[in-house]
Amino acid sequence: MTRRRRWRAVVFGLAAIYFLVPLVAAGEFSLRKPAGGYGFANYLAIVTDPVLLASLLVSLQIAVLTAVLVLVLVIPTAVWVRLRFPSVAALLETATILPIVVPPVVMAAGIAFVQANLNSEPFRSLFSSSATALTPFYVVLALPFAYRAVDNGLAAIPLRTLVEAARNLGAGPGSALLRVVLPAIRSAVLGSAFLTLALVLGEVVIARILLYTDTFPVVVIDVGRSAAGISVALTLASLVLTWVLLMAVSFIGGRRTRGTT
Amino acid sequence: MTDVIAPTPASDTARGTTVEFRGVRKDYGSTAALDGLDLTLRPGELLALLGPSGCGKTTALRLLAGFDKPTAGHILISGKDVTGIPAAKRDTGMVFQAYSLFPTMTAAENVAFGLRMRRVGAAERSRRADELLELVGLGSRGGSYPHEMSGGQQQRVALARALAVSPSVLLLDEPLSALDARVRVQLRDEIRRVQLAEGITTLFVTHDQSEALAVADRVAVLNAGRLEQVDVPQEVYARPATAFVAEFVGVMNDVPVENGRIVPGGTHRVQTRPEGLVVGMPDGLPASVLTSTFLGPVTRLVLTSDVGELTVDLVSRPGLPGIGAATTVALDPT
Repeated sequence: MTRRRRWRAVVFGLAAIYFLVPLVAAGEFSLRKPAGGYGFANYLAIVTDPVLLASLLVSLQIAVLTAVLVLVLVIPTAVWVRLRFPSVAALLETATILPIVVPPVVMAAGIAFVQANLNSEPFRSLFSSSATALTPFYVVLALPFAYRAVDNGLAAIPLRTLVEAARNLGAGPGSALLRVVLPAIRSAVLGSAFLTLALVLGEVVIARILLYTDTFPVVVIDVGRSAAGISVALTLASLVLTWVLLMAVSFIGGRRTRGTT
Repeated sequence: MTDVIAPTPASDTARGTTVEFRGVRKDYGSTAALDGLDLTLRPGELLALLGPSGCGKTTALRLLAGFDKPTAGHILISGKDVTGIPAAKRDTGMVFQAYSLFPTMTAAENVAFGLRMRRVGAAERSRRADELLELVGLGSRGGSYPHEMSGGQQQRVALARALAVSPSVLLLDEPLSALDARVRVQLRDEIRRVQLAEGITTLFVTHDQSEALAVADRVAVLNAGRLEQVDVPQEVYARPATAFVAEFVGVMNDVPVENGRIVPGGTHRVQTRPEGLVVGMPDGLPASVLTSTFLGPVTRLVLTSDVGELTVDLVSRPGLPGIGAATTVALDPT
């Protein structure tokens, strides 16, 4: 037992060093001032640099749109499959993994081909702005994570009984979903929303290849060419932000759902 | 209110509605879960649908609730055919086996849910929720969440929730099976009390024969999708219509008898419950004790004899024959 515990401590320690050292180094680097000494100037660039600020707003807009679309798509589907077509579940699970299996470069090439062939209205104007052009593809990218998170949430509640109880009390399918199922899987829903946010704040390959260069991660990398400190600072900030959000979700979720199943 | 709580079934009161299954059949693939069920629940009665797992009792309940559609036949509530009406508009109140309370709502919010779906105002909702929680003995727990309550309390809330909308039929789907023995008996009696007070027609699905005999006005025994017997508990117990009912509702001894005595190869056969046999009578059939189980007020002996194994329940007292002892067995002369 103690032997096992010691091994666990060693493995945990090595992993912690592997993950923490680069982060600490990045943190130290981001706080350096060009003239020597430390300060928060690099972090303040997000409010002082209009290009950076604009890119953050674009990316947040994409993130919110993507999260909403993904959840609207995934939640009813997952509930429907669990209640009516449990036999399809395995097939659907495989289908949702596809976006992970297909490399982003291949996907970008595919998208470029689609865009080239859809050059009439309304597609032309949709493809002209980053938010409307990238969102549908980010929805596809976020699908595997969101489906998995939501499906796990549904597995943890007595879904069929809850839905039948709601129907028995006079609730239509919409009410049962919104008033009973959704609150019961709230932490899973928030979790997939924040995973989507993390994904959108980190996706560069597709945006770059398709020349949508005004999203936050792309701009942060471009800025890094001339001002490495700002780039590192903002990368770190977005990492910490999503990490804190995910921790908050698991904390709230852990406290809320205890004892309900 | 008090005049309704009477020892006699509430079948003659004006309240409560009639429920009819007419030739109801439900097939799953090529197997018939329910093979032409004809059953009528009288107004205000509690009918226990009793049978082993897989006998079709839950299927019957789900068809009545509207969760599933029958393959053939009709279901009538108050003489009105509800076969095509969706679950949400059936006007039934259901208590599930367990874990049916909405986890993110308090007890009071759970109870008020059905009223909210019917667009009842907030003040009236909370008044009615309080009233029903009071009825099930949880007047002070309205603000508790399901996970803060015991299994028995959760089922009480579920009962209050089912009754809050004043449904025409109450459906109980093995509501006690997830509880421990003491709470089970307590809640069983509680359900009966509330059911009589409300005078509501109730279908109680259970696989536990003692539960069915204890609370029901009538018991319907179901086996392999077919009804075996429908009668008052006393009749089902004393005069089972089929061998299956005899076996399922307690233990039944089947002995050959000649002139009132158990004789191997006797001309006619008598079915008797374990309490209908006695041991130690001088003119009884020789037997030896195979097992002896102390059950509290009674001790159950399994005997081997020339007519096969016999089960005998005796009032527990010192001096009963022990395992391996030789004794005699006879029909109780009283």
